Amino acid sequence: MTVSAADSIDPGVPLVTPDGRPLKLALAQATRRARIRAFALVVPLLLFVLVTFAFPIGQMLYLSIHNPVFSDHMPRLTAYLTEHPDVQVPGEEGFAALALDLADAKKNRTAGRIGTRVNYERPGSNSLFKSSARKAAKFKGPPYKEKLLEIRSDWGEPHLWNVMRRASAQHTLDFYAAALDLTHDENGDLSQVSPERRIYVRLFWRTLFLSAVIAFLCLLLGYPVAHLLATLPLRYSNLLMILVLLPFWTSLLVRTTSWIALMQSQGVINDILVTLGIVGDDGRVQMMYNQFGTIIAMTHILLPFMILPLYSVMKTIPPSYVRAARSLGATPLTAFIKVYFPQTTPGIGAGILLVFILAIGYYITPALVGGSSGQLISNQIAFHMQKSLNWSLAAALGAILLFMVILLYWVYDRLVGVDKMKLG
Amino acid sequence: MALPAHASPGEKVWHYTYLVICGFIFLFLIAPIIIIIPLSFNVEPYFTFTSKMMAFDPEGYSLRWYDKILTFGMANPDVPRDSAWWDDVWQNATWFHAMKNSAIIGVASTVLATSLGTLAALGLSRPEMPFRRAIMGLLISPMIVPLIITATGLFFFYSATGLAHSYAGIILAHAMLGIPFVIITVTATLVGFDHSLTRAAASLGAPPMTTFRKVILPLILPGVISGALFAFVTSFDEIVVVLFVASYDQQTIPLQMWNGIREQISPTILAVATILVIFSITLLTAIELLRRRSERLRGVSAA
Repeated sequence: MTVSAADSIDPGVPLVTPDGRPLKLALAQATRRARIRAFALVVPLLLFVLVTFAFPIGQMLYLSIHNPVFSDHMPRLTAYLTEHPDVQVPGEEGFAALALDLADAKKNRTAGRIGTRVNYERPGSNSLFKSSARKAAKFKGPPYKEKLLEIRSDWGEPHLWNVMRRASAQHTLDFYAAALDLTHDENGDLSQVSPERRIYVRLFWRTLFLSAVIAFLCLLLGYPVAHLLATLPLRYSNLLMILVLLPFWTSLLVRTTSWIALMQSQGVINDILVTLGIVGDDGRVQMMYNQFGTIIAMTHILLPFMILPLYSVMKTIPPSYVRAARSLGATPLTAFIKVYFPQTTPGIGAGILLVFILAIGYYITPALVGGSSGQLISNQIAFHMQKSLNWSLAAALGAILLFMVILLYWVYDRLVGVDKMKLG
Repeated sequence: MALPAHASPGEKVWHYTYLVICGFIFLFLIAPIIIIIPLSFNVEPYFTFTSKMMAFDPEGYSLRWYDKILTFGMANPDVPRDSAWWDDVWQNATWFHAMKNSAIIGVASTVLATSLGTLAALGLSRPEMPFRRAIMGLLISPMIVPLIITATGLFFFYSATGLAHSYAGIILAHAMLGIPFVIITVTATLVGFDHSLTRAAASLGAPPMTTFRKVILPLILPGVISGALFAFVTSFDEIVVVLFVASYDQQTIPLQMWNGIREQISPTILAVATILVIFSITLLTAIELLRRRSERLRGVSAA
């Protein structure tokens, strides 16, 4: 059935395009084509970000629950432990598997790596594995249990076997437990590690606390400046804006270096204090290599991230509102609290969240000016990546940090919208 | 912000106190950056002003730390300064090595980030774009996720794929880190973009590429360039990823500064920092001019 387009519109007859297709269908097709075209423009970048960003982070997350060091290098013992899930300290069969694996480990030079893996949960295991592997390589034959116990009585310890059993699992949540200062005690139950080794939970709290302090200081310093910039005539505010943007555009390391020059004990501020006679030459103030240094330097570095969102919100508030409040009899303070301040809360929320999100992941500045008390969780991740080489623990700490950041990012998106983010 | 004539004495006092407070905050923002400039001319190897400097005695000042930027790492720094000497600087000086790396990595990653980012921003700002918010959230996230996490992930990924210790690896990583900035600036320019212009071009017979080159690009160019500058600065300033995946061959300026601060801190760092500050002032000026041009083009005139 063909109906010409010139026909008068009849509600019973569907509308069609000149070439005879129903109009609804043609429109749906055109919209779909437009959607596909828009999407096609984004696809290359999406793939790029998935490969260079999402995939590596996924890999890191996998590494936090996957550690095959023990099962790869101790295959016989791993097989034995899987077959006998209830044995505490095994008999000759289990020790034979252990001794043969240790001998192989000596040959392949992997005893150190295995020992390190067990050492995460049972301090002292590193040397135990190394020395036992050296001697196990010289065993001529059974009885293995007797010989190994002779080398070190530790091998008869049920706790060690519990630890080895857990380490033999390729997939484990033990690293998350370690990242939260938990461990498996002698009975295999989760419990807190000894007080002097409880560092990570405290470090997470310190990171959150310092970030909150920095965000608050940024608000305290940023609010008046943003207000001034938003209310001055444009030709002055543009000039002053440069003072805000210059730090924003200056290299992070340059700014950190400047703070070192200013705050170190032989630095500019201390020299001024000594010259003015406020402190003696032997009483120079320790401003750096502690929390104070981290807070001051990071507040300076993150302040523009507070001023810019505040400014863009304050810019939209008509000055006549405050004038109206004043003319109706409000004191300046009331007008500010009741009229002006409530209108700036979106900017405060955006600024606080942005500064907080950036602060909890900071690494460079705390590493350079923080000393030991000003370190954040990122510094501990870097330590496990580069020094202790406990990569799974680094990944687990990173995963927890990532979870916190994503949560805040989600709140930011709800509150502000990522597509509303502006630069400069 | 001017004080009205009928302001009470209390208001006047508060007004000036407020201005003074703001002055101190501006000082806090800018003084640490400015202070290193005179310090970099110190003749002594200190990080503070000597009494000769305070007295503006010319003997208190010198260019020796700038000279050190040239000579540090050279094979024969003490021979006469002829063309062979300069050749030695170009080939061997540590800071020149770092500068060349920073430039190569910065330019390559900027080109990559800007081209991919602009294309995606065009798609993202079309009203028909599906899953807009979710995709935007993903594309912006490299800016939000702590660098240490990104660097850790890249370390494992690059070790597995052989991209560690290669220029390609760092360029890809820096492009990824610069992309959020390109997306943000270009989509901001595209807000209020009149789509009837592209339809007009199409109805006059222009193929999509011509429409892009002749109509869209000239209008969004300021946004694209400022996005590119952001991407370049991101790469130029980035250190954590470089720290994790680069070898000595890919040493960049920030990494060299990091090493300098951690090992033996000498005023050479301040001289380099001064040069970088001047560099950022130049970039800032460029951005500001672009912003004004963009506002003029879009008809949002700033008084």
